[in-house]
Amino acid sequence: MRGHKPGRIPASQITPLEAFLNRRELLAGALATGALAAGPLGGTPARAADAPPKPDPRFKFARNPKFSVSEVPTSFKDISHYNNFYEFGTGKEDPAANAGTLRPRPWSVTVGGECQTRGTFGFDDLIKGLPLEERIYRFRCVEAWSMVVPWLGFQLSGLIQKLKPTSNAKYVQFVTLMDPKQMPGENTDVLQWPYVEGLRLDEAMNPLALMVIGLYGQVLPNQNGAPLRLITPWKYGFKGVKSIVKINFLSTQPATTWNIAAPNEYGFYANVNPHVDHPRWSQATERPIGKGLFAARQPTLMFNGYENEVGYLYKGMDLRRNF
Amino acid sequence: MTVEQRYRYVYKPTVFVASLVPAALLLCGALGWFGQDLGADPVAKLLHTCGKTGLNFLLLTLLVTPVRRLTGFTHLVRLRRMLGLFAFFYLVVHFTVYLVLDQQLNYHSVLQDIVKRPYITIGFAALLLLIPLAITSTNRMMRRLGRRWQKLHRLIYLIAILGVWHYWWQVKKDIRQPLLYVGMLAVLLGYRVLVAVLNRARARAARAVTSRSAPATIPEKT
Repeated sequence: MRGHKPGRIPASQITPLEAFLNRRELLAGALATGALAAGPLGGTPARAADAPPKPDPRFKFARNPKFSVSEVPTSFKDISHYNNFYEFGTGKEDPAANAGTLRPRPWSVTVGGECQTRGTFGFDDLIKGLPLEERIYRFRCVEAWSMVVPWLGFQLSGLIQKLKPTSNAKYVQFVTLMDPKQMPGENTDVLQWPYVEGLRLDEAMNPLALMVIGLYGQVLPNQNGAPLRLITPWKYGFKGVKSIVKINFLSTQPATTWNIAAPNEYGFYANVNPHVDHPRWSQATERPIGKGLFAARQPTLMFNGYENEVGYLYKGMDLRRNF
Repeated sequence: MTVEQRYRYVYKPTVFVASLVPAALLLCGALGWFGQDLGADPVAKLLHTCGKTGLNFLLLTLLVTPVRRLTGFTHLVRLRRMLGLFAFFYLVVHFTVYLVLDQQLNYHSVLQDIVKRPYITIGFAALLLLIPLAITSTNRMMRRLGRRWQKLHRLIYLIAILGVWHYWWQVKKDIRQPLLYVGMLAVLLGYRVLVAVLNRARARAARAVTSRSAPATIPEKT
């Protein structure tokens, strides 16, 4: 049965990324490829449409094995056609169908608040000098499904250092583009627009926090939050604010969109936690996307499996209250 | 052809086949036939499609009476049992998908869900309440239960309310679709309330007329 499920890519089609790696990383990559080929999906035939796009040669990057999980990535097709991006509709397939109206270039980001480098920056200026890398992260949605995603981006901490927050800065806030012409969902009142998210500054400085500009070695598809989005893999997916146009450093905790919408269901921290259920459903297990009808639910891990990396941030905090 | 024959040989088979279309589409999706697939999250797709189809059939059964009354197509009632049984069919598949594919027969977790998650509690209650209606849907049961049959089958109103409520409660934020179902159900149930109120008023008026005309007859007798 599993073999018949379309929408999957063979391991051989993930590997072109290795073309960008230097010799040393090539060796590590070869090991990874071996692991992929031996995985449960090895040899699965896939339709041409499901194949990931070829990596964009303009990107110079390597996979960072230190921050990559060994699980087989979800297919490009599924990652780019199963999205929550309410700015383009609330159905999972709506963003892929509707995000064509977004114009991710030219793009500028306005930096403000408690920092020294304030002002509006073009996309290329903003990311200049920040080393790109690929990281294969687990992705866990608050709706209890999960993916494994090869993101392309740079560490948020590098950007923050570049923007030089003052000693008053305790939080960093991110704001999505507000433009109903490009984002038709913003004409509805399903959520309060624009989408806003935030992190405590020490969370933002954690090496796992990633600013993403690509997927599978390619420019980030519009529906995944082009051209610039946040990924915090130890938190539920909705923390990963998309199509960012503003970054503000603040001394107080910023309001966040889902918390405004339903404060008893979605907290500011939104750390993945199998022991704290959503009021309406269990968070103990998750359904892996793209593994077919008979894939078992898998247990959800504390901090989505990143407890060693981020546990220190929440020492002594009551995670049941600070959900 | 008599009406009886038309229902037997044309209308009923047509409705039967049409009612199987959603199931056939899902089956093709599951097997990858005719270029169909169930998308990135096939279990959720099956679960939600079956649930919604079951709900649609519940509302269709409730639509039969108003349509009969308003259009005069009184024979439509002959289709209602089939629609009700299809509602039952899709909702049983809905629950089975949840039990087998989603929960992988983890009875402990299913039991916990039913006890702890209000939207699952009411959905499960609605399904349980449908069972006696399905069992008593045969002609023989109708005859055997007589007047009590109709009383029992009024449970469908409660079941439909629980079903729509179950749908409403599991939606994350965008309640426009469930709201549509609430609206449709409100119209269907509101129609019945209206009819009952009008009937009562008419009966009261009739009683008033007879009681007023009664004294008038007395002098005639004297």
